[in-house]
Amino acid sequence: MNAKRFGKNDRIFLGTLAVILLMGCAWFFLFSGKDGTVVKITVDGRLYGIYALEAEQTVEIKDEENVTNTLKISQRKADMIKADCPDKLCVHQKAISRERETIVCLPNKVVVEIIGGTEADLDSVT
Amino acid sequence: MKHKTAYLGMFLSLALICSYVESLVPFYFGVPGVKLGLANLVVVVMLYLSGWKDAALISLLRILLAGFLFGNPFSILYSMGGGILSFAVMLLLQRTEKFQMVSVSVAGGIFHNVGQLFVASLAVENYHLFYYAPVLLAAGFATGFLIGMLAQELAGRLKGRL
Repeated sequence: MNAKRFGKNDRIFLGTLAVILLMGCAWFFLFSGKDGTVVKITVDGRLYGIYALEAEQTVEIKDEENVTNTLKISQRKADMIKADCPDKLCVHQKAISRERETIVCLPNKVVVEIIGGTEADLDSVT
Repeated sequence: MKHKTAYLGMFLSLALICSYVESLVPFYFGVPGVKLGLANLVVVVMLYLSGWKDAALISLLRILLAGFLFGNPFSILYSMGGGILSFAVMLLLQRTEKFQMVSVSVAGGIFHNVGQLFVASLAVENYHLFYYAPVLLAAGFATGFLIGMLAQELAGRLKGRL
């Protein structure tokens, strides 16, 4: 058995890491963005569609023939409610509403992102 | 080691059982990709007790088999990205012989998540995923620390008996 669980090096290493990571997390939670206004969906790196968070709607994300994912936008939150992939990680993830929050469905290469944007941006796309 | 094949088989089954247990207890912290990484316990212990080649072999086989048994092709992709990067960093740190297992395991935990983040970002061609990096890295620290403490206890008790 090692005489000591933490050597001097370990204390320095772990301490420094802990401080850096805590600061990172503090930054993440303190500045985690304002409430977003627009939901952007990309599939395989290409823009699929942009939807207002305001509007209550259910978006079916389709590939060539099938609906792969279903996104529900309700009460200013976007939530993946259905996916045809095996792991369902995206479905388990919480609803998102703040700027830069993301839901990813890796198997289907679907990325749902919340962005700030103004109504004008939305109008220009739709 | 005379009974090497048997030992490797035993370690592999142990690692697989760890994966199985983990697949039964889902952890969802709101951010996808956060896992306890129980199987890394076996890898860390092996890294110290039976050398890096055995540890690498078991880690690789574990990821493939667990992927086929309890996961899917995508979970293999994620785990490979995380597993390879994490293993490389742990090996480097261990080789310096300046650190105890806790530090090695913490680095492994953090870089496992870094690797996964890269794989995910490449797969979906979207780099905004790195927005979640602070949380994922901190989670890697926490789980790595836990696993490292356990590994130290285990290794201390197993030393000289293999």
